[in-house]
Amino acid sequence: MSEFDVSRRRVLKTGAIAGAGVALPTIFTASSAAAFTNEPTGGTVTLGFNVPQTGPYADEGADELRAYELAVEHLNGGGDGGMMNTFSSKALQGNGILGKKVEYVTGDTQTKSDAARASAKSMIEKDGAVMITGGSSSGVAIAVQGLCQEAGVIFMAGLTHSNDTTGKDKKANGFRHFFNGYMSGAALAPVLKNLYGTDRVAYHLTADYTWGWTQEESIAAATEALGWQTVNKVRTPLAATDFSSYIAPVLNSGADVLVLNHYGGNMVNSLTNAVQFGLREKVVNGKNFEIVVPLYSRLMAKGAGENVKGIHGSTNWHWTLQDEGSMAFVKSFGTKYGFPPSQAAHTCYVQTLLYADAVERAGSFNPCAVVEALEGFEFDGMGNGPTLYRAEDHQCFKDVLVVRGKENPTSEFDLLEVVEVTPRAQVEYAPDHPMFAGGNLGSCNPGA
Amino acid sequence: MDAILLQILNGLDKGSAYALIALGLTLIFGTLGVVNFAHGALFMIGAFCAVTLQRILNLSFELVDESQKDFLGNPLKVKTPYVEAWFGPDIGGSIIDWAVPLAILFAIPIMIGVGYVMERGLIKHFYKRPHADQILVTFGLAIVLQEVVKYFYGANPIQTPAPDALNGVVNLGAAIGMDIVYPVWRVVYFFFAVLIIGGIFSFLQFTTFGMVVRAGMADRETVGLLGINIDRRFTIMFGIAAAVAGLAGVMYTPINSPNYHMGMDFLVLSFVVVVVGGMGSLPGAVLAGFLLGVLESFASMNEIKSLIPGIDQIIIYVVAIIILLTRPRGLMGRKGVMED
Repeated sequence: MSEFDVSRRRVLKTGAIAGAGVALPTIFTASSAAAFTNEPTGGTVTLGFNVPQTGPYADEGADELRAYELAVEHLNGGGDGGMMNTFSSKALQGNGILGKKVEYVTGDTQTKSDAARASAKSMIEKDGAVMITGGSSSGVAIAVQGLCQEAGVIFMAGLTHSNDTTGKDKKANGFRHFFNGYMSGAALAPVLKNLYGTDRVAYHLTADYTWGWTQEESIAAATEALGWQTVNKVRTPLAATDFSSYIAPVLNSGADVLVLNHYGGNMVNSLTNAVQFGLREKVVNGKNFEIVVPLYSRLMAKGAGENVKGIHGSTNWHWTLQDEGSMAFVKSFGTKYGFPPSQAAHTCYVQTLLYADAVERAGSFNPCAVVEALEGFEFDGMGNGPTLYRAEDHQCFKDVLVVRGKENPTSEFDLLEVVEVTPRAQVEYAPDHPMFAGGNLGSCNPGA
Repeated sequence: MDAILLQILNGLDKGSAYALIALGLTLIFGTLGVVNFAHGALFMIGAFCAVTLQRILNLSFELVDESQKDFLGNPLKVKTPYVEAWFGPDIGGSIIDWAVPLAILFAIPIMIGVGYVMERGLIKHFYKRPHADQILVTFGLAIVLQEVVKYFYGANPIQTPAPDALNGVVNLGAAIGMDIVYPVWRVVYFFFAVLIIGGIFSFLQFTTFGMVVRAGMADRETVGLLGINIDRRFTIMFGIAAAVAGLAGVMYTPINSPNYHMGMDFLVLSFVVVVVGGMGSLPGAVLAGFLLGVLESFASMNEIKSLIPGIDQIIIYVVAIIILLTRPRGLMGRKGVMED
């Protein structure tokens, strides 16, 4: 039996030498080998798809994930290429990104900011994701965008409609293709004027969180500019399910238009309740009572069923569009999955291609090079007409659709019809517009 | 005045759902002494019984119609429900239209079965465990059940409309010269709830079975010593409580499109109702259900909200705190229940 002389001094010495030895390679790799966070070094590059896989928007998340998988397939040269064939930029060759095969990891946002940040962090730190994309809520988008800015990776937002995402909470590493509340107001106002006139009294029911507030502000400003009055703006709890007690006061308010600044389950329930209470049959101030849902989603419209018929709203994209890009995407998606894509799927697919294209044009995965390539980028062929990624706030400017719940749907997907394609010029605004004030884009962060 | 009457109606309507769920919770607590956090899930399963029956009635066969195209430009597959093919478009269409009321018959055996399996398969193993254990296991069960429903039905709300004949509005104030327009189905829901509550009370009050159950609730040991298998009766009561929650869910589907999370939305509120009403008190649960429903509706009025912003979100909890401070056993709580 041997004996060891284990003194305190000896343990400390050994520990210090061993610690320095273990730390040395990490110091080298961190400071000199990588120029930016998660620089791809092998034959693959990893993208992080952060979508709601559980929680109230899980169906939208599933559709987003389908779109991402389709985009990866197309980027790697599989399938029919989809929108890569119609995209005005021809940098993408179907051989991955910069010759590296595209791989992906997924995270579950649960439509909760903390869970979304945790899953994004895990994909960045453990899986080496060089770009994070996805989400179906503005709260989540703003939280993850902030994380990506700190971590030094690019964030390509999914479905987020709050003005704040590219307003007071904008970040240099974050980009939004989806439209916003201001654009909804600007697109809807002329249509509402033509349909309902300029002498109207509006009553707003608004989901009590960042998206609801900015949409309410945008729609109220746009309709008041027409000459409408806003008689009341009532905030409803996000967790509310039965809106009857909020609908009942509308009946005696003197309002002749109800604006539902609700999304998801809130929209389904508030619209259903409003129709149940006979609002659409009412005549107030000598005019037919009208309901407006500023942000429409086909997946949500399905939940509201017949109640959406004839009700107007806005949307980022719709599968019935007849431009080359939309038709190519619907064909690819429909052939692979058997049903047409949602607007959430569209924006996520486009964001993935836009990121890949920017990397190809920049010749680098470095976030600062990608930011430079995307800022001020003009493109076409992605379903929304000529589009600009504005440098000042990283918001895409493109045509916006005004839609209406279809009276006689021919299939379970045929729920909305496009009433008007509002031209991009009509929904543009100055970077320092008061509704978007208070934020600072800052400078790009490459991390590492 | 119209607005106040309208909010009272709204409150009674909301209170109907609270009362039905709280009644079931109290039945289970009063008989088995179990705090069942899976009770909201039973309400949700009931709602999905209606969704399931609607889907069964809409089961269709497909015929290819070359003259029409689908979204990819292929010949359209036209779906025709079997029910319409068998009974003709008129009768078949009516059967589909009345899916929700028909789901009552569909849901009763299913819910009793679900309740029986839940009680025999899981909850009976926790009778002698602390209430904290019961809460944890039933809460876990609720999460499992809602995830199972989400797996099969998705996360988005599913529209389940009332029959066309009951889909409009009715002016309840016409007789007194007022304009109180209210959805017909919500009136139906209120009377349905009153009927169920009346039925449960009558069952417990006027049948031998009910008498034994009430005796067991008062003194389980003595009833057991008389040679009565009280456990079996309590298991049946669990099934009945599950059926009550399920029927509340079935009839609720036209009011709000059901989704997998609806049980959780009602669960916490229903527990507050039970506590306010008094643990173990059936009349207390019903009274508190309607009371809190009405108060919640009034708190949503703009006049009240302008005085106390945000009151609509906390009113139920404020009332619960006030009642528990002034009457610690709740409105109609009995001495000795949940007390050492």
